[in-house]
Amino acid sequence: MSHLPLLAIFLIPAIILALATLLTWVERRLLGLWQDRHGPNRVGPGGLFQAVADGIKILFKQDWIPPFADKTVFVLAPSIGMMTVLLSFAAIPFTPLSGIAGTLNIGLLFILGMMGLGVYAVVLAGWASNSKYALLGGMRAAAQMISYEVFMGLSLLGVVMIAGSFNLHDIVTAQTHCWFILPQCLGFFIFLLAGIAETHRLPFDLPEGENELGAGFHTEYSGMKFGMFFIAEYAGIILISSLVTTLYLGGWLGPVLPAVVWFVLKTSGVVIFFILLRAALPRPRYDQLMALGWKILLPLSLLNVTATGTVLMLRAAG
Amino acid sequence: MLNTVRTLFLTFLHAFQARATVQYPEEQPYLPSRYRGRIILSRDPDGMERCVACNLCAVACPVDCISLQKTEENGRWYPEFFRINFSRCIFCGFCEEACPTYAIQLTPDFEMSEYARPNLVYEKEDLLINGTGKYPDYSFYHVAGISIPGKDRGKAERERPPVDLHTLLP
Repeated sequence: MSHLPLLAIFLIPAIILALATLLTWVERRLLGLWQDRHGPNRVGPGGLFQAVADGIKILFKQDWIPPFADKTVFVLAPSIGMMTVLLSFAAIPFTPLSGIAGTLNIGLLFILGMMGLGVYAVVLAGWASNSKYALLGGMRAAAQMISYEVFMGLSLLGVVMIAGSFNLHDIVTAQTHCWFILPQCLGFFIFLLAGIAETHRLPFDLPEGENELGAGFHTEYSGMKFGMFFIAEYAGIILISSLVTTLYLGGWLGPVLPAVVWFVLKTSGVVIFFILLRAALPRPRYDQLMALGWKILLPLSLLNVTATGTVLMLRAAG
Repeated sequence: MLNTVRTLFLTFLHAFQARATVQYPEEQPYLPSRYRGRIILSRDPDGMERCVACNLCAVACPVDCISLQKTEENGRWYPEFFRINFSRCIFCGFCEEACPTYAIQLTPDFEMSEYARPNLVYEKEDLLINGTGKYPDYSFYHVAGISIPGKDRGKAERERPPVDLHTLLP
């Protein structure tokens, strides 16, 4: 609703935050489903209010800053994480009309930039905590997220080349006849992997690998500051899923149902796939993750860019 | 790569399998009859208390949750009080094994939560049941006698003749 930007500015982040909170419950129920158990099903209908109960609990927990931490940065880090993710949603077109920034002509670059800034949240958290596990987690996060950002950007180039625009609105309308997942299946695959690594979700959750690093970069965090990292991670999942939907699955396009319903359906499908990955796959070793990135995904994404460019050139010539 | 896809698919199929969880308060789990739960004191077939206050259970108890005091009535020992602190009890069953008269027994009941700890201290009247528990025909004084000059085994009042072990052979 581009004529109601003020409403959208308040409404969309509120909805995203509520959905991110709800997603903690959805994830636990789905993990239960795939592990032959029930998951939280006691509080409210189907356990729906478990997320609310967790939220209340985490709000009332002691908000403690370790005496050895760098206080300013320690407080700043989770807010950066939350802010960058929420700002990214400004450029996402949920329907042909909506979106906070409307039709931002550098929408995709803006989101990539915000993701790049999001690395700071994790790195600063690891640094400011002033403890070994947090530092190791922060270091891993920096290496992982910066390297995977490279392939993420490169894998998107195919889409940008076909659509001829960085504007997410234009990218969606360019998929009217054929979703980009078909001509860009390689790019889709690379983007999905990079997206998992970017949100440091399982199986690529090395920055917070419990069994090696305690909790990684947020080892020293407690109370609502930890909650902000947590919610930012889930909002990040929604962000990556809605990006996948926008870039490769035709965004809001679809017959009969209203645009926003299609968008939500496709996005939740990707979110569920994210959770399935968590339920099924083990975490790779750190060097395996890096080798997968630089030795396989980087050449593949370059190949994808070259092939897409060649096809587009040939089509333009012939 | 193919393995990963297979793993994902097989994990997804688990959505359609039966749940392993027992939804406890609505759905009661099956407990075998020898399950070690709440402790009771049983009576012999004549309706008398089986406990002879020998203190063996209290000695065997690794967490010292049993306390009792002996009293005498017509030459027979009884517990004056018999107290089990269930907030300490670890339900190991050693007391049941130590008991020479099968008086103390563990039952398949574990639902004994309380809001206050003192409520978990069970007195003799809380522990004593009217039945014989797991050993319906056993009575300690019918089989416990020994032979002394002038009296053979099984010849005293209320004493059963001893079992002839040879007749038990197949």
